[in-house]
Amino acid sequence: MHSRSNAAPLALKLAAIGGLAFLHLPILLIFAYAFTTEEKSYQWPPPGFTTQWFGIAWNRPDVWEALSLSVKVGSIATVIALVLGTLCAAAVSRTKFFGREAISLLVILPIALPGIITGIALRSAFSLLDIPFSMWTIILGHATFCVVVVYNNAVARFRRTSGSLIEASYDLGADGFQTFRYVILPNIATALLAGGMLAFALSFDEVIVTTFTGGQQSTLPIWMLEELIRPRQRPVTNVVAMVVVLVTFLPILAAYYLTRDGDQIAGSGK
Amino acid sequence: MTAAVEFSNTSRHYGPVRAVDAVNLEVAEGEFFAMLGPSGSGKTTCLRLIAGFEQPTGGEIRIFGEPAGGVPPYKRNVNTVFQDYALFPHMSILDNVAYGLMVKGVDKATRLREAEAALELVKLPGYGSRRPGQLSGGQRQRVALARALVNKPRVLLLDEPLGALDLKLREQMQEELKTLQRSLGITFIFVTHDQGEALSMADRVAVFNQGRIVQAGTPEEIYKRPQSRFVADFVGSSNVIAPEAMARFGGEKRWASLRPEAIRIGAEGGVAAKVLVSNFLGSTTRLSLDADGVKLHAMVPAGLSVPQVGETVQLVWSASDLHYMDDAA
Amino acid sequence: MSASPSPAVLTGKSGLLTAASDLFWRRPGLLLVLMLAPPLLWLGVIYIGSLIALLLQSFFSIDEFSGLIVYEFTLSTYKQLLLAANFDIILRTVVMASLVTITSAILAFPIAYYAARYAQGKWKALFYLGVMLPLWSSYLVKIYAWKLILAKEGILTWAFEKLHLSWLLDGVLSLPVIGGNSLSVSYIGTFIVFVYIWLPYMILPTQAALERVPGNLIEAAGDLGATPSQTFRTVILPLALPGIIAGSIFTFSLTLGDYIIPQIVGSSRLFIGQAVYTQQGTAGNVPLAAAFSVVPILIMALYLWAAKKKGAFDAL
Repeated sequence: MHSRSNAAPLALKLAAIGGLAFLHLPILLIFAYAFTTEEKSYQWPPPGFTTQWFGIAWNRPDVWEALSLSVKVGSIATVIALVLGTLCAAAVSRTKFFGREAISLLVILPIALPGIITGIALRSAFSLLDIPFSMWTIILGHATFCVVVVYNNAVARFRRTSGSLIEASYDLGADGFQTFRYVILPNIATALLAGGMLAFALSFDEVIVTTFTGGQQSTLPIWMLEELIRPRQRPVTNVVAMVVVLVTFLPILAAYYLTRDGDQIAGSGK
Repeated sequence: MTAAVEFSNTSRHYGPVRAVDAVNLEVAEGEFFAMLGPSGSGKTTCLRLIAGFEQPTGGEIRIFGEPAGGVPPYKRNVNTVFQDYALFPHMSILDNVAYGLMVKGVDKATRLREAEAALELVKLPGYGSRRPGQLSGGQRQRVALARALVNKPRVLLLDEPLGALDLKLREQMQEELKTLQRSLGITFIFVTHDQGEALSMADRVAVFNQGRIVQAGTPEEIYKRPQSRFVADFVGSSNVIAPEAMARFGGEKRWASLRPEAIRIGAEGGVAAKVLVSNFLGSTTRLSLDADGVKLHAMVPAGLSVPQVGETVQLVWSASDLHYMDDAA
Repeated sequence: MSASPSPAVLTGKSGLLTAASDLFWRRPGLLLVLMLAPPLLWLGVIYIGSLIALLLQSFFSIDEFSGLIVYEFTLSTYKQLLLAANFDIILRTVVMASLVTITSAILAFPIAYYAARYAQGKWKALFYLGVMLPLWSSYLVKIYAWKLILAKEGILTWAFEKLHLSWLLDGVLSLPVIGGNSLSVSYIGTFIVFVYIWLPYMILPTQAALERVPGNLIEAAGDLGATPSQTFRTVILPLALPGIIAGSIFTFSLTLGDYIIPQIVGSSRLFIGQAVYTQQGTAGNVPLAAAFSVVPILIMALYLWAAKKKGAFDAL
């Protein structure tokens, strides 16, 4: 950059900072509401502050059930997405074959189409095949749209990894499996970790597809949705909302730091 | 004596593209062999065929007499130094060098000892704990060399080994590679587009063009007796003289090559030429001349008088320096 | 030199894995098929199969008396989409998606431009995370936050009061169609939440496109005598356009298909997503729900086709 660019016009600076504030202030507001003493309405400013709702939320079994289902669904969906996404990325980036673009499109489609279409399509397929709704139907839906985040991360890393590394490994006497274990896997590991975390975050937060593919079970977002439509104990919802914000920040930050330093993993030549 | 590497009518076609087309080649054991040619001439594909990264679509390759068809790279006692070195970025230098021994199941103590010895061989003792990213280009190349040599290959392949190095380092590495090859006695095959590199390092050179070998021989043969206009043009800076011009100069009506240093500036009885440009190069002065419409280059060694630009001079050469060639491009 | 010290090829490497590896090396196509089979079975069969099943349902109809699906090919379900009540839903959704997209583009540009051209080092990372964190924060929590903000007793009403601007808020709320009892049950509220939720999806591609505009290009324009506003119109905007279009694919598509936001913040009038939801759920009219869900697919297909012509995919 050049000397001139250090000084941004004031209006631009204000608009940029204003935009970021617009993105963050509503989330911060959740934190304030978690401590309000007001039970019946969303009154601002809060009439008083208390920490009692944390204890009450802690003792609510329905919150724990929803949380544990969300963690189970997210973990299994992430594992499936990791396997499918990595296989697809490896095939697409290592070999030239007819229909590569079609495969990229196929992977992106579940997230490019509105969630409601993915949801209703899966739901009608389940009912056509007489598959009862269960945790597994939720997982099936989540894994479908989680593949893309793993795929994107893995493809980007494969592209940065020099192809001659694999040839070098073969050349030095390692067969395909040894090459995978000692060369390919260590080089894509952080990308897969990042992709897996994002996939988990995506699944953990998903609500639209889940409303179609879940039966009686509630994941945490479904629990929240019900509370939003038919509030039972508003302060408990406030507390859960705050905790969800804090918990989802962690994998995002971790994924960011894992992929940020990716350049040093790129091919060593030149 | 069986050849270290033997191509018989070997081809590698990609659809209509003939990357390597019916090549016949023999590399003797212990030879320092260069594959020289412009990019896309098939030399690198030949190297990859020997390493096993590519399979021939026709013909056969034998390595020490054994047919290599269907043998994957990891089962060939042939190692490669890659153009971009291809050091594993996630491993230390020592682990990089020991990799080949590790995947073959050599015990840890032995392989670390041998890797350290290989690093000493390439003059990088004590560098084992560093990472590839912490080394300079020249050092990385030495590591790549050590990583290949530690496996005691029967044939070592080098893909543009000096391509990424600067001039000074390049000259130093040329000598080191040559010394190393002599002392180890391993067959070295290297690919290059730099004719100077090929001529100065190799025992024998194969010149590639459009997927074929157009000439193979010792550097001196290639340099002094190019068989075709392409070789004369590509190797060295010979004057390539068309048949009509040769007839006018009083020679046979055939294509000929004449090296610039073979042309002397005589008093009379030669070919008249006008000096167009004069470039002082230190030990010589390079002249660009116009001899009756034919552009020629000549070298005047330091100490001899250099004609002025615009002056008309007489050019003389001995018939033995004139080399007639086939018309084939 | 007749007896070789060690074999040149076929060095002693054996075992089951090596044998499998040899096979894959000789037949790379086999490995490719094995790698592609699981993802293709999953996405190609389960997912695409479901989509096709859905599409097929839209060509069936529902028996008005029994409420059962009649499995006969008909276009009558699509004809129902053109009924005034249903067509209003489509129109309302498309208008909302367009307004949300345009507003997001305007709000996103200064942020993206500042991050791409002026922010450096730590600030750049901070801007990036400043967009990524809201993008990835819980969707429902974000909607919930706006329910708190827009509520009649919430912070916005309070702020207008403190600034002695309550008359302005009341004036806006008394407007026909877009107004309402409070912001949280009005179209304005729905609109604000849509913009808020999808804004990061517009910032990221716009920023990516702007990052690719070389700084010296802007200086060259200035050097050639262009005023800052001329530079903006003739150099920066055309080069950022593919990024903005890429972002608009997200904002437009996401708004078209969403049914949670208008359900929680908004009036009782439906959007496409809500129509799909109620038709397949409480109304039990799966063919009509399927036909409704084909609408955003068609609109997006058109949109993507147009965007591709503008080269927007390079900025994704």
